[in-house]
Amino acid sequence: MSIQEPVRQPLLAVESLAKSFGKVSAVEDVTMSVHEGEVMCVLGDNGAGKSTLIKMLSGVHLPDRGRMSVSGEEVRLASPRDARARGIATVYQDLAMVPMLSIVRNFFLGAEPMKGFGPFRRFDLKAADAVVRAELDKMGIHVRDSSEPVGTLSGGERQSIAIARAVYFGARVLILDEPTSALGVKQAGIVLRYIAQARARGCGVILVTHNPHHAWLIGDRFTILNRGRSQGTFSKAQITREELIQRMAGGRELEELTHELGELSRGDGRLEISGT
Amino acid sequence: MRRILNRPEFGAACGVVAVWVFFALYAGGSGFLTAGAPTYLEIASELGILAAAVSLLMIAGEFDLSVGSMIAASGMTISLLHEQLGWSIWGGIAAAMALSLVVGFANGLVVVRTRLPSFIVTLGSLFILSGLTIGITRLVTGRTQVGGLRKALHYESAQSLFASQVGGFSVSIFWWVAISLLATWVLLRTRFGNWIFGAGGAPDAARNLGVPVQKVKIALFMTTAFCACLVATFQAVKFNSTDVLRGTGKELEAILAAVLGGTLLTGGHGSVIGAAFGALIFGMVQQGIVFAGVDSDWYKVFLGAMLIVAVLVNTYVRGRMVEARR
Repeated sequence: MSIQEPVRQPLLAVESLAKSFGKVSAVEDVTMSVHEGEVMCVLGDNGAGKSTLIKMLSGVHLPDRGRMSVSGEEVRLASPRDARARGIATVYQDLAMVPMLSIVRNFFLGAEPMKGFGPFRRFDLKAADAVVRAELDKMGIHVRDSSEPVGTLSGGERQSIAIARAVYFGARVLILDEPTSALGVKQAGIVLRYIAQARARGCGVILVTHNPHHAWLIGDRFTILNRGRSQGTFSKAQITREELIQRMAGGRELEELTHELGELSRGDGRLEISGT
Repeated sequence: MRRILNRPEFGAACGVVAVWVFFALYAGGSGFLTAGAPTYLEIASELGILAAAVSLLMIAGEFDLSVGSMIAASGMTISLLHEQLGWSIWGGIAAAMALSLVVGFANGLVVVRTRLPSFIVTLGSLFILSGLTIGITRLVTGRTQVGGLRKALHYESAQSLFASQVGGFSVSIFWWVAISLLATWVLLRTRFGNWIFGAGGAPDAARNLGVPVQKVKIALFMTTAFCACLVATFQAVKFNSTDVLRGTGKELEAILAAVLGGTLLTGGHGSVIGAAFGALIFGMVQQGIVFAGVDSDWYKVFLGAMLIVAVLVNTYVRGRMVEARR
């Protein structure tokens, strides 16, 4: 649809979104958008309002104020189901998989393919297995046996499978909540690769993270959140990684603190990445 | 091989073989293999029906401690409706089943709404149900036992369905096998079964994926209560009477059978077939000890020790499963 229109419509756009819980205002004024085949990174420190933003985008919370549109059409996402029906899929950091359940069963949890009629309707495991193999193949993920419990996979593989699952179920907008934060450098690399694959398949990816290094590696545009407000959106050409980090920290004071702590924890994994 | 070892019921299957061989050697001569089989199978069948439902609930991450007192309450409902109001046996059974579904629904609703541990909520309903059963029975009849069910209308048809013998074996054994197979099919081959695993293994993940976790749990609480009612029906029809204390402790025996069968206390993993093996072990130990000439008081020591070994094995298996290969 959006291709025929003169102005390229964003897949998902929000404007002046606000949400408070009681007297605590979690998100005050956030404006951002994501287009087809683009990775939009939403960067912010703890408490910047990232989780609340995700919950509004994925239909868990309704915003108090502001507008939200999907492919140009203004929407009100009343539930996660509602969001999914509009092609918005969210992959949560630790909540993506059931560890003791097999890969196939996880992949189709909540959307099991069925066969048979009436009381004999049953979960079509064979068809599910074939789909999982094909989909993981397409994403370049190799598992030995899709009936193995997910718990035997590494964190990066789990996130990757969760991404593959979202793409398979027709996600046009993929919201990823800190997909790399609990992972080592190598595992994070695996996940970033699948994010790139999802982008190549035309998904609009919203990558929410507090890690500017990972964001810089994969992002096309960057929106910085601070204390519940978006501090502007920059394309990769408009901003350097250093500026990104600085803006994210939100001012000189925090910058100094970051520097100080950086000195203290030199040699830790995250600093190694900044050198690569 | 690894796949077989990872199956939750693997340990219990080994346990069944080990226990059977043990008693075949030590009590085979005194009748464990001949007269013993129908007896231990009957014991196993009633416990196994409870354990099938309890294991499903435990896989979904919840406990039901009220099944024991549900047995007493259901049995007493059948007996009192007959004795006091002259209801037919089928009317009484239908009323008891309706009651059990209501109690199960209430248990489930309170658990999912308050988010209190089901252990506590159903401990509460254990006492409430037990107290109500004793209180009402004594208030109405002045006794704690109500008999004479045989005179109820249509008793014979209920007897043939719930308390007859088929080929020398109690009919409850066939019920047990059928229920275990059905529950296994539901768990492993239906959408609802996949949701049970999801609800227990990672409720938040399951909810995010659109699994109605609360409904799944409520349905399973209703199932455990219903199965308790079914067991109460077997016993009421078989013994022709009910006692306010019948079923006491069954909730723990059912949990024991489920855990012996490889179901994790924390949910997300387990098997109905395993629970059936667990119940079978229970029955064989309880009867085998008698046939071995040991005082039957000792069977609990044996079972308790087996439980601890089973949990150790389960913990080891789960540790291996969720351990990422990094």
